[in-house]
Amino acid sequence: MKHLLATDGLDPALATAVLDTADELKHTLLGREVRKLPTLRGRTVITLFYENSTRTRVSFEIAGKWMSADVVNVSASSSSVNKGESLRDTALTLAAAGADCVIIRHPASGAAQRLSGWLAEAGTAVVNAGDGTHEHPTQALLDAATLRERLGSLKDRRIAIVGDVLHSRVARSNIHLLSSLGAEVVLVAPPTLLPYGVESLPVTVSHDLDAELPAVDAVMMLRVQAERMAGGGPGQSFFPSGLSEKRLGLLPEHAVVLHPGPMLRGMEIASAVADSPASAITEQVRNGVHVRMAVLYHLLASEGAAA
Amino acid sequence: MSSRPRGATGSAAERELLSAGDVARTIARMAHQVIEKTAGGAERTTPPVLLGIPTRGTPLAVRLADRIEEFSGTRPPTGALDVTLYRDDLRRRPPRALEETQLPATGIDDRVVILVDDVLFSGRTIRAALDALRDHGRPRAVQLAVLVDRGHRELPIRADYVGKNVPTARTEGVSVLLSETDGRDAVLLRAAEESPGEPQ
Repeated sequence: MKHLLATDGLDPALATAVLDTADELKHTLLGREVRKLPTLRGRTVITLFYENSTRTRVSFEIAGKWMSADVVNVSASSSSVNKGESLRDTALTLAAAGADCVIIRHPASGAAQRLSGWLAEAGTAVVNAGDGTHEHPTQALLDAATLRERLGSLKDRRIAIVGDVLHSRVARSNIHLLSSLGAEVVLVAPPTLLPYGVESLPVTVSHDLDAELPAVDAVMMLRVQAERMAGGGPGQSFFPSGLSEKRLGLLPEHAVVLHPGPMLRGMEIASAVADSPASAITEQVRNGVHVRMAVLYHLLASEGAAA
Repeated sequence: MSSRPRGATGSAAERELLSAGDVARTIARMAHQVIEKTAGGAERTTPPVLLGIPTRGTPLAVRLADRIEEFSGTRPPTGALDVTLYRDDLRRRPPRALEETQLPATGIDDRVVILVDDVLFSGRTIRAALDALRDHGRPRAVQLAVLVDRGHRELPIRADYVGKNVPTARTEGVSVLLSETDGRDAVLLRAAEESPGEPQ
């Protein structure tokens, strides 16, 4: 693996290898005296964030540090980006300064892909930590890790992705990854919040949340992305009261509730549901660290022999 | 997941060093040695912890514990310690899959830990294991048990319990087969490999 830019086209065998690595990392770090591995000593990882983030940036930083990489955080608001430096020049600067890996979040879809082209010569690995409404592959990987943990396997499991699919890079990455791992994905959203070309995606589409819930193994609630909507969004969920306690009752006993965060309690998900035993929202964050450690391991541990 | 493909049998360039019966006898002898060496002082009340290094060290540690229990009446706790993340040759190889790490519930603090592996060669795997152990706790002492010592050490490391010393050429290959991982028990010596692997 040279870069991790998208789950669309990601070899399912490689995705499974990353998930297996994450499982073993989680296992080996459990109950240890020293939660640090020497594996990436001497590697430099730079996070370059042009958008706000708590969990993704922190999770990558912890992942890098637990693998003994040197982690440097650059946020656009406090860097030369504010003086008008272009993305390309910023990226080349980071590579010249010695970055082995740049983790980028950017509001423009395709930014990570462009960056990987500019950095090809420097040999710097690029990880997409969210680009516009395109993809967020490590989020999908941690969702898959969480679902595997709770459900045993993804094969033939039915996963509902609910809400603002149109603006959601999390949804897009999950659609490709979960279906490539054998799950059945159903998008539940009003027609206006489904992406153009949805019929070419490996999904089924529904507009009726209550009708879908009894038959799913997991439900992934999405945040209403008001910041990406002209006019600032509707100020409410598209399914009045979102995933309410009443709707939780419609789910099968074993079903898992996911949310990529940040969640708006009372909007797309009721507070009691987010804190219920069915919710794996905290586990998602915990697994995020191990999954990102696994991604860094597969990108950076080996050199030359990159597969 | 198996780490190294073990050669198919029947090749003319392959010689059996230990038969299935030899493997069983060798493990039994090593069990007696462990009992003898760890029977004094504080160890009498706290048996050693056997940690196998995957892939084949893990079942070997369990077999050794079986014999120790049979001969002494006390079963030492066993576990597995994957050292992949501590190896010094990660950069030179394609990404490796990690294997299981499973420490016994007793922990390793203040215990005698016996690392168990199939073949002792360069000693680099054991160095990695010693580094890994340090992150898991502080054993009272660490010892090493290997089924085969084939020489060619690159580090100042020696085994406390050796099943069989086998003088080899660097280019030869030693394969330990165990029924748990390979369907049968044997130790094979392969003459000059086409592409000599780096010592493990």
